[in-house]
Amino acid sequence: MTPLVLTSFTAVNALGRGTAAVLKALTAARTGLKPCTFEQVQLETWVGEVAGLDDLRVCERLTEFDCRNNRLAELALEQDGFAARIDQARAKYGPRRIAVIIGTSTSGILETEHAYRQRDPQTGALPASYRFATTHTLYASTDFVRRYLGLEGPAAMVSTACSSSAKVFASAWRMIAQGLCDAAVVGGVDSLCRNTLYGFASLDLVGREPCRPCDAQRGGISIGEAAGFALLERPEQAASHSGVALLGYGESSDAYHMSTPHPEGVGAALAMQRALDCAALAPAAIDYINMHGTASQANDSMEDRAITTVFGTHTPCSSTKGWTGHALGAAGITEAVISALCIQNGLMPGCLNTRSIDPGFTSQVLLTNQSRDVRRVLSNSFGFGGSNCSLIFGAHP
Amino acid sequence: MIELWIEGVGIHAPGLVGWQQAAPVLAGQQPYAPVEPPKLAPALLPADVRRRTTEHIRLAVEVAGEAVRHAQADAAALWSVFATSESDGAICHNICEEVAKPVPEVSPTRFHNSVTNAPAGYWCMAVQSYAPSTSLSGFDASVGVGLIEAGVQVGAERCSVLLVAHDAPFPEPLHSVRPMSAIFGAALVLAPARSARSLARIMVAIEPGLHALSRLPDAGLDGLRTGNPAARVLPLLATLARREAAELYLPYVHSQALRVNVQPV
Repeated sequence: MTPLVLTSFTAVNALGRGTAAVLKALTAARTGLKPCTFEQVQLETWVGEVAGLDDLRVCERLTEFDCRNNRLAELALEQDGFAARIDQARAKYGPRRIAVIIGTSTSGILETEHAYRQRDPQTGALPASYRFATTHTLYASTDFVRRYLGLEGPAAMVSTACSSSAKVFASAWRMIAQGLCDAAVVGGVDSLCRNTLYGFASLDLVGREPCRPCDAQRGGISIGEAAGFALLERPEQAASHSGVALLGYGESSDAYHMSTPHPEGVGAALAMQRALDCAALAPAAIDYINMHGTASQANDSMEDRAITTVFGTHTPCSSTKGWTGHALGAAGITEAVISALCIQNGLMPGCLNTRSIDPGFTSQVLLTNQSRDVRRVLSNSFGFGGSNCSLIFGAHP
Repeated sequence: MIELWIEGVGIHAPGLVGWQQAAPVLAGQQPYAPVEPPKLAPALLPADVRRRTTEHIRLAVEVAGEAVRHAQADAAALWSVFATSESDGAICHNICEEVAKPVPEVSPTRFHNSVTNAPAGYWCMAVQSYAPSTSLSGFDASVGVGLIEAGVQVGAERCSVLLVAHDAPFPEPLHSVRPMSAIFGAALVLAPARSARSLARIMVAIEPGLHALSRLPDAGLDGLRTGNPAARVLPLLATLARREAAELYLPYVHSQALRVNVQPV
C-alpha cells in the first residue's frame, strides 16, 4: 500500500501527559501502574490511572460533553502541539477534507454508572443533570474531538473492544485512498469505569499485582486508561512530519470464542501476515514487535505461537503493558505512539515487571530495554469477539 | 463517489419480518401493520450458543444470515461492518445496575456480550469467517457511517462486504433519555462489481451542506424510520422493494447527508 506519514502524534496515559513523559518513563523503566483506588472499587488489583482527571473540565464551549472520557481526550489533544497542528491542516485542506476516526470500548459509561447510583427512589429515573448523547453514547468522543478541532469531514467511532484504536488506522487509510478526505485524525480514548474493572474481574482476567506480560507466573491484566491521536497525511502533501509512516495494516477475525483467543493464534497470525502482505514486506524486515501482551495466560501464549508461526524465533518482541496497563479501546493508539517513539529514538522496550519468560515460549521476548536502530515495528492489538489488528510503522525520510 | 452493487437484503422489525414479507409492504403494495415481530432463534447459532446470546445479538445474526442467503454469497469470505448507535441496551442496563451495588457480581457471559462487536463475534463464529470485521457507531447517523466504511472497504480492498445495522430499545431508565420505538435490524450484501445476483447499483457520496432527508410515504413506516437509528436505512430498502431508480438522502454525521443514487438492475 501507499504509506501515510504520521504528521504529528500525541498520547496521555498512566506514564504522563504527552510523548516526552511517555518516552522518559519507557527509557527509565518506570511503571505507571499503582494499586487500584479508583472510585470505591473493591478489587485487589493495579491500574494504569491518568492522574488529575477529576480536577479537569472540558472547555467551556463544549461543556455539555464534560465527562472523564472527553476530559482525557481533550488533555491528549492539547499535548505535543497536536491541536495547533490540526489548525494548520484545517487551514490547508479545509475542515471537510479531514476525517476523524476514533476508537473506544466503553465511551463515557462512567457518567451512567454515577447516574445509576443517583436514581430517583420513587420513579427510578436518572438525575436531571445526566447527559446521554454527549457522554455515554459510543459516538460521543468522536463528536467531541470533531467539535474541539473544528473538523467536518467523514467520521466514525470504531468499537471492536481492544482492537478499536488500531483498526482506525485501516479505516483512515481506506478513506484517504478512496478520496473521501485528504487527511485523517485517528486515535482512541478509553477511561476507567466500574463496568470494565468488575467485568474483567468476573472473567478472572484481572491480576492482583502489576501485570507481567509473557512471565511464567503471569497473573492477569492491569486495566489502564489512555488517549492518543495521530494525524495521517500523504507523504507528498505533508510539509513536515514525525519521520514515521504507517506502512501496512492487517485485520482478521478469530471465529473461535467471545472472550478467549484461538489457542494456536490462528486469527492473530493471519492479522500479522496480512499486515506484512499489505506493506509488501518480508517478516525479516520487521525489527521489533510491540505485542498485545496483556499478561493473561491465554493471550500471551497464543500470541507467542502466532509470532513464531509468522516470524520464526528471532524477531525481538515485547509488551509495554507493564508500563501503561491495558488501555482496552485506547490500547491500539497507545502502542502505535510507543511504536513511533521506538523508531524515532532507537528503543526496543523490554517487558517491564516480567521476571522470567514463560519457558514454553519460542519467540524472542525481550526482558530489558535495548538501544538499537529500529526501522520498522509491527504492533498487535487483539480484542474480545476475536477482533484482531496488526499495524506496521516504519521510518520515513 | 462510491459505487456498490447490492446483492442481498435482510430485515427484521415490527411488521417487517424477512425481505420476502417486507418488500411488498415497503413497496406500498400491502398495508403496513406494525405487529410485534416473533422472538428470534437464528438457525446459524447452535442451541447452546444461542442460549448465551441476547435478543440484540440474535437480531444482528438473523438479518446478516438472511442477506447472505439472499445473495447466495460465501458467508465466510465476506468482510463485515456492524453499525449500531447504542449497542446492547439491555446488557448495558443490567451491568450498570449491578456495578451500582457496593459489591457487584457481574455475569461473565453478560460482560463479554457487552462489547459493541459481540454480534460480529457471534456472526464470525457462526459462519467460521476469519475475514476482517468492523463494528462502529455514529449515533443517529450510524447507518450512514456504516455505509461509508463498507463502501471504502469494497472500493479499496475490492472485497464484498456484509453491512448490518442493528439497534434495540433500552429498558428504563435509559429509555427515557434515549428513546427508541421498536427493535430494528437490516443487512445488505455489497459487492464491488455487477454480477448475476445484483439487485441494484448504488452510488454514495457525502453531500456538502444541509439537505432534507428522504422519508417514507406511509406514516407508520416513517415513524419506524425516525424511531430507531438503524431504521434510517428504510428509504433505501423501500426503493429496492419498488425496483425504482431514485436519489435518496440518508443522515450522516454533523447534520450532513449521504446522497445515494439507486439504479435497479
